[in-house]
Amino acid sequence: MAETAYLPGLEIRSSDSLDSPRHSAVVRITHWITAASFIALLVSGIAILIAHPRLYWGETGGVGTPSLIDLPIPFMIGHSGWGRYLHFLSAWIAVFTGVIYALFGFLTRHFRRNLLPAKADLAWSRISRILWNDLRLKRPAEEESLTYNAVQRLAYLAVVFVLFPLVILTGLAMSPAIASVVPVLRSGFGGQQSARTIHFFVALALVLFLFVHIAMVCLAGFMDRMRAMITGHGAVGKEPS
Amino acid sequence: MSDPLSRRTLITTGLAAAAGAAGLGIAARLADRYALIPPDDGGIFGVGETVTYAAQRLLTRHTLAREYNRSDISKIAPVKGPPPEDETYQRLSAGGFADWRLKIDGLVARPSFFSLDELKRLPSESHVFHQACEEGWSFIAEWTGVPLSYVLNLVGVLPQAKYVVFFGFDTNFDAADKQTIKGKWNSIDMADAWHPQTLLAYGMNGRDSLPAGHGAPLRLRLPRQLGGKSTKYLSWITLTDTVKDIGQGFGAGGVERGFSWYAGI
Repeated sequence: MAETAYLPGLEIRSSDSLDSPRHSAVVRITHWITAASFIALLVSGIAILIAHPRLYWGETGGVGTPSLIDLPIPFMIGHSGWGRYLHFLSAWIAVFTGVIYALFGFLTRHFRRNLLPAKADLAWSRISRILWNDLRLKRPAEEESLTYNAVQRLAYLAVVFVLFPLVILTGLAMSPAIASVVPVLRSGFGGQQSARTIHFFVALALVLFLFVHIAMVCLAGFMDRMRAMITGHGAVGKEPS
Repeated sequence: MSDPLSRRTLITTGLAAAAGAAGLGIAARLADRYALIPPDDGGIFGVGETVTYAAQRLLTRHTLAREYNRSDISKIAPVKGPPPEDETYQRLSAGGFADWRLKIDGLVARPSFFSLDELKRLPSESHVFHQACEEGWSFIAEWTGVPLSYVLNLVGVLPQAKYVVFFGFDTNFDAADKQTIKGKWNSIDMADAWHPQTLLAYGMNGRDSLPAGHGAPLRLRLPRQLGGKSTKYLSWITLTDTVKDIGQGFGAGGVERGFSWYAGI
């Protein structure tokens, strides 16, 4: 303690760089736990799905009744046992992590500062320019690593506040026990089979996000972005805070 | 490094860890006392199962499954697998189950046998429930039978009982050696056993008998869990304070094949 009092300059500099990394520690830790549990949910979700790769609408559906979609996957039973064990274990981890992340995001104003786009940035001319640059795989400029553009912000907000809540709620709606506690959860989605179908498509949207997310990380510079999400510090500057 | 925060961090972390450990200890004791731990609580998957089962037991103690209208009944009610090939079962089935008896024993005051006619003379109820298979398909059907709680009151449940165990003709069991039991035997906790919608069903969709594939002569109907928990082709029900000495000790034959014991999901 005494040493820091004698070296005020050093103390301020080090605490400055410690306090505002490009990604805060909570964001980094919850990011990787969510990533790991999402992969586990995806693998186990496929294991459950292939036992009956047909989707229906309404309360009921089965072989012999009209389906909404027949996925081009063969029926493979025998994987839904471990699939279910893994799915619900990783679902709990994802939900607990998500709650911590959401509390942190609101309390530290992370959502407002880093994810809520400015009104001016929502102009279609600006959005379309970003999308056009992304579509022709234009590498973002160095300083763009310091902040998220409007498209990134909208994508992250959609994942955090629409897709994840929806995938959790449709998952719960399929549970016969939870449906006995909150019947409107099931009927609100149009029935148990509708909830299963929506659950599938929301998961598909999350997988699509994952692919685009990884592609953009590669485009922007894989090593730099990985370092930033692991250590908190990239080669260029810091996240504006 | 004489980082001024390190000692404080150490103390806070230590206190948090101690509080966490104590909290976990208390939680474990409470969970055991209020029957919040499933029989398949071992291993890493057991952690997830325990959290799911405990959370749902706290939420669902008094909830009722939705009851549908007769007009909602599915035209097709798929079955998984054919009726048992067991010789005794085939003989009883050929005789219209007139010689079939349901044995109830274990932690009960009056171990008893019930014929199908005796069960049908008990107060009968019909419920239209949704039933989903763990594979993903589902159907709605009407089930007629006697509430399990009514039968349990007839035989008198002893206070030590924690599980009701169901054996069907598709179970290979040896009453003398419970360890060798294999097949589709299953068990439920007392919360489900006393639940008003838990039925011993002998009729389906308006008929006073079960179609062969749906578990004739008698099956369990447990509307707040997946279909696989509703044991078919019943012949023996036993009440116990532990399932550790039955089969491999996980409370259901399905667990030995990789499926979780609790299926409220």
